[in-house]
Amino acid sequence: MVAVAKSDFQTPSHRTGVQVNISAVSHQFELEGAPLPVLDQVSFSVEPGQFVALLGPSGCGKSTLLRLLAGLDHPTSGSLRVDGEEIGDPGPSRILVFQDPTLFPWRTVWDNVALGLEAQGIIKTSGGRVDAVLRLVGLDGFAKAHPHQLSGGMAQRVALARALVNDPRLLLLDEPLGKLDSLTRLTMQAELVALWQKAQMTAILVTHDVEEALFLTQRVLVFGPRPARIVADIPVDLPYPRHRGDPKLGELRRVALQHLGLAANW
Amino acid sequence: MTAIEANDTAFSAARGTSAQSARKPGRFWRTGAIAAVLWVGSAAVIEFWPEIIPAPYGRELAILSVLVAALLVLVLTTGSLLGKTAVWIRYYGPWFAVAAVGLGIWEVVTAKLAVLPVPFFSSPQGILEVYIDDWARLSESVLHSVLLLAKGYFFGAVVGFTTGVTIGWSRAAGYWVHPILRLIGPLPATAWLPLSFFIFPSSGSASVFLIALATAFPVTILTWSGIASVNRDYYDIARTLGASRWFLIFKVAIPAALPHVFVGLFMGLGTSFAVLVVAEMLGVKAGLGWYLQWAQGWAAYANMYAALIVMALMCSSLITILFRIRDRVLSWQKGLVRW
Repeated sequence: MVAVAKSDFQTPSHRTGVQVNISAVSHQFELEGAPLPVLDQVSFSVEPGQFVALLGPSGCGKSTLLRLLAGLDHPTSGSLRVDGEEIGDPGPSRILVFQDPTLFPWRTVWDNVALGLEAQGIIKTSGGRVDAVLRLVGLDGFAKAHPHQLSGGMAQRVALARALVNDPRLLLLDEPLGKLDSLTRLTMQAELVALWQKAQMTAILVTHDVEEALFLTQRVLVFGPRPARIVADIPVDLPYPRHRGDPKLGELRRVALQHLGLAANW
Repeated sequence: MTAIEANDTAFSAARGTSAQSARKPGRFWRTGAIAAVLWVGSAAVIEFWPEIIPAPYGRELAILSVLVAALLVLVLTTGSLLGKTAVWIRYYGPWFAVAAVGLGIWEVVTAKLAVLPVPFFSSPQGILEVYIDDWARLSESVLHSVLLLAKGYFFGAVVGFTTGVTIGWSRAAGYWVHPILRLIGPLPATAWLPLSFFIFPSSGSASVFLIALATAFPVTILTWSGIASVNRDYYDIARTLGASRWFLIFKVAIPAALPHVFVGLFMGLGTSFAVLVVAEMLGVKAGLGWYLQWAQGWAAYANMYAALIVMALMCSSLITILFRIRDRVLSWQKGLVRW
């Protein structure tokens, strides 16, 4: 981790990720007048710099939790704290990467990545970071391309670059590889780990892919069906880089599937 | 890289339709040859067939036809000497041929056989006569029309765009403006003619107001619908990146809504033409509308036709200019939308 930190992508040495404390968070939507509970008394903490996966069936409320962490929505009850402070409005220290890259089609790749710096009014002083982060995701040759000219994997890399250029201390990943073809997906899983190691931030990944959760993260929180509550907390105590054929991963996979109620399929 | 290349070829193919239908230089351009012969033919008809209704400038019209034929021969023999113009002429080769036939028939049924009665129909040289003898008054009319239209269209587009953005963004503004739009919008702008001539100090400013009104309605509606249909995720993305309210409006909502805005601008331009003519006929004593009115009053139908042709050319040129602006502003859409 120390070795990769010395890259051209500036990483202030004092900076680490944030600590996240979620306690007794419940949330519900109004659906045709009736309340629809999506989160039920969810509590957990994430240590600074940790990479955590939230694993669970589709539509169980994991993505809602990420929106709460980003500050885009506020919980019905309970508290979410980052480094001890209650989460308020959205801000560039906590960035959400969606399943769809959602690039702005009228902006070039460079301008898309520069969006955050522009919004914060620091583009003139730190425009160089855009080039650095584009190099980091391997797209420095595509700065002038428009989003429609990119493949799905490239577009998602741009979306990652758009997040990373702001030097976030908490990266929220909402199934960022969910729509990619399986080969691109495998490549980008390895890239994600490398980016997280380089940037030394706290990262929370929402996924419904058991292998992805185990291969990427240090800890997997398994959610039950809606309204979501945590049914298991599985530490993945394996060093990086990991190997997909590792028998320990296979064992953890069995445990995770069991908690998801899919043990019979194994 | 492959994605980029594939797209590049896709849109150069879409853009290259005119280049494809133009023959390769070097191959004999048969359509061009036929068109040239037809233009010489109509020149011969004009020059040698005696006229029943004598009119000046028959010789000049014949010379013009021969010049068109000469231009076609030039393109035919030199291929790409004229550059883009040659490509354009080759693309419209069949139209050149049809136009020559049309001119010949028109000449025969008016000047040569007088099948079409005189005051109501004009021979081609009758219209040429208007352009040669009355060009000063005609071009002054065009100038007045363009100036009036530009003023009205500019104010209408600005007001419409601003209103559209405001009601698309602010719920409170929408609450007050929607009912007004719904009531007043569908009325033809010309219905306000008497009132606006009373309220405004001069017929000129009243006409500007009417044209602006006609332009503003479609621009407002389309801008509003554009702002309303912006992907919500764009806002979420921008907000997590630290965007302020102004950033969300000017850097997210407006650029995303621009394709709709341009549809509104095109519609507004169309309606503004109609109002322009009415305003000039009834209020302002200048411009093409006034010229049309004047020509009708004197039963100078050749002048009227000549002015109508000029008006058609003016409108289509203005639309072309707006297309060019759109192409430039929305160039990012090229790979996404078939134009």
